[in-house]
Amino acid sequence: MSDMDLLLWARGPGLQIALAIFIAGMLLKLFEIFSLGRKKDLSVPRPGNAAAGWKTVFSRSLPNRVLLKRTFPTYIMGYTFHIGFFVALLFFAPHIQLFRKTVGLGWPALPSQLVDGVSLLAIVALLLMLAYRLTHPVKRFLSTFDDYASWALTLAPLLSGYLAFHHLLLPYTLMLALHILSVELLLVFMPFTKLFHTVSLFISRWYNGDALGHRGARL
Amino acid sequence: MADENSLGAILRAQGVSRRGFLKFCGAMAALMALPPSMVPAIAAALGKAQRPSVIWLSFQECTGCTESLSRSHTPTLEALIFDAISLDYHHTLQAASGEAAEAARATAMKQFFGKYLLVVDGSIPLKDGGVYSTIAGMSNLDMLQEAAKGAAAIVAVGTCAAFGGIPHANPNPTGAVAVSDIIKNKPIINVSGCPPIPVVITGVLAHYLTFGTLPELDDLGRPKAFYGESIHDRCYRRPFYDQGKFAKTFDDEGARNGWCLFELGCKGPTTFNACATTKWNQGTSFPIESGHGCLGCSEPNFWDAGSFYQALSVPITPLGKAAAIAAAAGIAGGAAIAMHNRHVKAGAKSGHQTVTVNDLEKQPGEAR
Repeated sequence: MSDMDLLLWARGPGLQIALAIFIAGMLLKLFEIFSLGRKKDLSVPRPGNAAAGWKTVFSRSLPNRVLLKRTFPTYIMGYTFHIGFFVALLFFAPHIQLFRKTVGLGWPALPSQLVDGVSLLAIVALLLMLAYRLTHPVKRFLSTFDDYASWALTLAPLLSGYLAFHHLLLPYTLMLALHILSVELLLVFMPFTKLFHTVSLFISRWYNGDALGHRGARL
Repeated sequence: MADENSLGAILRAQGVSRRGFLKFCGAMAALMALPPSMVPAIAAALGKAQRPSVIWLSFQECTGCTESLSRSHTPTLEALIFDAISLDYHHTLQAASGEAAEAARATAMKQFFGKYLLVVDGSIPLKDGGVYSTIAGMSNLDMLQEAAKGAAAIVAVGTCAAFGGIPHANPNPTGAVAVSDIIKNKPIINVSGCPPIPVVITGVLAHYLTFGTLPELDDLGRPKAFYGESIHDRCYRRPFYDQGKFAKTFDDEGARNGWCLFELGCKGPTTFNACATTKWNQGTSFPIESGHGCLGCSEPNFWDAGSFYQALSVPITPLGKAAAIAAAAGIAGGAAIAMHNRHVKAGAKSGHQTVTVNDLEKQPGEAR
């Protein structure tokens, strides 16, 4: 199998398989979560907190002052990684082309040098995050295989994309194929690992915000 | 260089000056990424080189490769070098035909056994005993195997000979394969492209004449000197790619401004060839310079690599159906799990033993 064959497989059948598992897995998980239901809170809701759930969905993206002080590295690296990852995913010209072709939506791209720099920051943040996880006794104690697997699955597309862009290590065609395959792997495992937080975080934020608002917590 | 038959003598006889010859050697050295100090060595070796016998076999091809190589506007040094090899058999270019042509091939194969260069363009059909392409009643497969026996090296010219090319494209009705799929015991140089750049074949021949060895090859058997870098990396439109400036159609403002053709399907990033540097038609331009994206013709399976007009980063197969089936499966699976969970919940509820106040009443005499 030549590099080009691998790339064609990744762009064709590979993507179909990965996307199918991703969609089926995501729907399955969401169905499972929503169908479990929650006990109805029969108490009278406290006034003034009508949209507490929706507010929390957004407000929890902002740093909490106390936590910011106590877990500063987690915050800094977390923000750096997430912003870097989404800038690379959403504003690199070839990626936008993919969205335009698959979902029909497109937007202007950022200069690739900028995307390049931000991706590098995201990669560094991920590496530091792993070091922090391994050296921090509490984090290390709490970490399971899922955490390390999710970390690796997330790093792979960023790193392979970066290497492909710079023509490092392997021929570009092969690296591009590996990049696409790594994204497909990420898609396949997203519903079944902690990476599911990409969707579930919004659900849990809303739920927590709504429950707290119901009881009159100031959010 | 007293030898009448040496390349130097032949070139001089054709009116090529020493200065012109050295310029050519310098250009070849530069093309092959050799240091300038190698130029005298190239000149000396080329000047003394005997006209090597070349047998050119054309199989399932369109003659485009021959067109490309022979149409370098004469008189160029490339063309003269080409004239200066002893092209003993080439059924498009030779004057002889029929049995005389085949006799020329047989003579050359016998006389220069073990020394001649075998050039092949076109793919070789294997299906149904190779009946889909025959020359003088001989299948391409038989002719290749026969001619390969005495070859010093084989140059597979064009993507068809190098990788199977267009005849090999899905559904490959003739079972076409590349030279390297059949011949395993001879050095093979793949000079891919549809067609390949004329100077690349002369460069490979010059390298062979100078050093008596094959040039350094990449993992697809192509000379690294010419196929070492992608079109994208050497493209003069690359800055627009980096700035995110793309032509969206072939006649929009971006196209007129010469912006990057990536979104219009240019395969430059995955195509390794020298088009962007050596260019075509005496250095006039190359496809991207004329406003059309690269098709990726020097890569294996370029004909089946998705649409020529779809960006490299988009899927090559439609995803809608797979996505719809997956969604249906996901919902069905989710519903099944929901039913199961509900069942478990209901079971737990009905099995739950309720405790009344009476149950909790302390019975007289009961120990605490």
